[in-house]
Amino acid sequence: MLSLRAVAAPVRRQCFAAVPRATATLSFQNRRFYSDKVAKFQGTKNSDGRYTVSIIEGDGIGPEISQAVKDIFEAAKTPIAWEPVDVTPILKNGKTAIPDATIESIERNKVALKGPLATPVGKGHVSLNLTLRRTFNLFANLRPCRSVAGYKTPYDNVDTVLIRENTEGEYSGIEHVVVDGVVQSIKLITREASERVLRFAFQHAQEIGRKKVRVVHKATIMKMSDGLFLRVARDVAKDFPEIEFDAELLDNTCLKMVTDPLPYNDKVLVMPNLYGDILSDMCAGLIGGLGLTPSGNIGDECSIFEAVHGSAPDIAGKGLANPTALLLSSMMMLRHMGLTEYADRIERATFDTLAEGKALTGDLGGKAGTAEYANAIIAKL
Amino acid sequence: MPRASTRVTVDRRGMLRAVGIHKSTSTGYHFRCFAPFAAFFLSSIFHSSNSPTARPLSFASPSASPYIVEAMLSRSSARTAQRLARAASRQPHLQNVSRSFATVETDIFKPTKFGSKYTVTLIPGDGIGAEVAESVKTIFKADSVPIDWEQVDASGVDSGAPGSAEEMFRESIASLKRNKLGLKGILHTPISRSGHQSFNVAMRQELDIYASVCLIKNIPGYNTRHKDVDLVIIRENTEGEYSGLEHQSVPGVVESLKIITRLKSERIAKFAFAFALANNRKKVTCIHKANIMKLADGLFRRTVQSVAADYPTIEVNDMIVDNASMQAVSKPQQFDVMVMPNLYGGILSNIGAALVGGPGIVPGCNMGRDVAVFEPGCRHVGLDIKGKDQANPTALLLSGTMLLRHLGLDDHANRISRAVYGVIADGKYRTRDMGGDSTTHEFTRAILDKMDTL
Repeated sequence: MLSLRAVAAPVRRQCFAAVPRATATLSFQNRRFYSDKVAKFQGTKNSDGRYTVSIIEGDGIGPEISQAVKDIFEAAKTPIAWEPVDVTPILKNGKTAIPDATIESIERNKVALKGPLATPVGKGHVSLNLTLRRTFNLFANLRPCRSVAGYKTPYDNVDTVLIRENTEGEYSGIEHVVVDGVVQSIKLITREASERVLRFAFQHAQEIGRKKVRVVHKATIMKMSDGLFLRVARDVAKDFPEIEFDAELLDNTCLKMVTDPLPYNDKVLVMPNLYGDILSDMCAGLIGGLGLTPSGNIGDECSIFEAVHGSAPDIAGKGLANPTALLLSSMMMLRHMGLTEYADRIERATFDTLAEGKALTGDLGGKAGTAEYANAIIAKL
Repeated sequence: MPRASTRVTVDRRGMLRAVGIHKSTSTGYHFRCFAPFAAFFLSSIFHSSNSPTARPLSFASPSASPYIVEAMLSRSSARTAQRLARAASRQPHLQNVSRSFATVETDIFKPTKFGSKYTVTLIPGDGIGAEVAESVKTIFKADSVPIDWEQVDASGVDSGAPGSAEEMFRESIASLKRNKLGLKGILHTPISRSGHQSFNVAMRQELDIYASVCLIKNIPGYNTRHKDVDLVIIRENTEGEYSGLEHQSVPGVVESLKIITRLKSERIAKFAFAFALANNRKKVTCIHKANIMKLADGLFRRTVQSVAADYPTIEVNDMIVDNASMQAVSKPQQFDVMVMPNLYGGILSNIGAALVGGPGIVPGCNMGRDVAVFEPGCRHVGLDIKGKDQANPTALLLSGTMLLRHLGLDDHANRISRAVYGVIADGKYRTRDMGGDSTTHEFTRAILDKMDTL
């Protein structure tokens, strides 16, 4: 029993160390931590007028779908130069870490695009996604889901936007065995991290032109933790008078979204970590799975846009993979960088190609390969 | 003639186990039950003392009543039950802390019965509770169900008088402890920190009704976006994220504790497998988030897997909760019985209810060792449509028929559930949530009329 406690303690320390705080001084008053825009893109163009973007091609189907994205970007003449980086994990002082060169590259470029990574299965191995999130302090996970015209599911015209707090909550990683057979897992909610993600949610709503922000919570049961998140949301909402703010119980959100997702098309949903994780995947389920949903991890300094689906080792190298998720993630990246017109153009071409249904990949019921699909999009451009 | 036989064994892990094998010639249906779930399966045995011989399990026209198959009870004679209990109590008591739920005597649940009538606690709850409870009372009365309701109007809505809400809540707990059986609507829970703790959660913890069962199945004749959904959500009800333990370390930093214990994980896992076995289900899926919460959900997952080893006939798999939610809205047909900690149960029961048509039609129950409380499976108060005569009483009615089956009153249960399903299938009278425009009263009236024709 004692030994178990001893094991639990370092986990705790590690975790606190691994969550760097954006502001150095922690104030205990109800003061605001963020006055201006959070997570603003600060990258600069290089000498030939292009932005450099770090690209993590990933494992399995990663290289193929990355190539498709590169081809399409090339054809659309987007001012992007790619800088491939490697994230094969190394052990630094016994902890999982990513190579220094990669960290430098992403810190320099401020933005990265990431294909699927196969997390090595093994005990005690922190997933690479989590490592990246912690290394770059990516506090918000942005997950829009929009129905794809060419792919029929029981739900039509879904267009949801979910923002999830990414650094604390239920996934704080603070757990310990109290006595044998009794485990405590701590859900950590702080005013600072809550405010940061909420502010981002309101700003994002402004950017994409949505008038409503809704907080999803379970403050009836978790009165203090979710209660704090909700209170901070009310405070932040005062700074955005033109945006309508309300709150909804997690149970109601699950029920209503699955019954009829349409009322959520004009809202941005923001929530703590676990709820966001579950609901964003559920929304992906509404439109046909993770192969069609983009994802962005937003941080103060850097942001990483990624495909959240698996690395599909079974079809790797065969040229059959569907690059849509990575492509849509790269659209989010372009918008984040202010290259909106390029994003719109490529996005239109992509959705048109999908709606036409002539050159669909196998997962969408078509016969085309990755290259054919990419060429169809390029032809539309 | 049906035949019942019983044997009591101690399995290799020192677990006391009473196995009753019931064979009925007409259905060929087998059931087994063992000590921890005696309350669940033996209850009917005690109360069917009016029928000296074993009756075959009723599978009459399952199409008309989908929930008949879910009958939580099995049939045998009073003598068999007493023999079971006697034999089990003779076994030496095993000194194993983590197995402390494997005692027998207190597991056999004895509801209050005066004369030929059972007394059952009725807590209508807030929101639509009063209206739907009225509907249940009317229908049960029309069918001459031998139940006396002991109604306690507990409420979670702040009435202004300090302490009055708590007092009524204490009374409802006392009543449930006395009667061992309850039918309950949902009590409102305020969000504000000064407000009281959730009475629903407090009740489950106080009575230790640890297993929440939520039956999600398409109702024949009522089409939703998804077809052929038939799944059961079994949810741990007394710990996990709903422990209620929270503190503020410094202003602006709050910690909320999620507690997972082996003991409670084990009993919910056993409940799930025993349920699957007794109801002819094939697969149990453990829902968790052990990739992130390696210790807490890891313990839950490991415990479920180790319990699964005792049930070789049932397929077992596990799934991470976010993937399960995604699968639930895209391919819900793949699920059978799902077992999970508290919060995930709340999420998935809502997703599940939405698949088949909303909280108004999903029945459920909370099972403990001593007390069983039947309540709608997807717990929504419905304050927004309170008093508008729009509420759908189906969920509470079907929960009520589960209660009847728990008491062994299958004839009443079958008649009522067949009438409910009949009215829904006819499609003429449906409440607003099902796309109709009937009021609660009209819907109730239609069920009463239907019962006359059965």
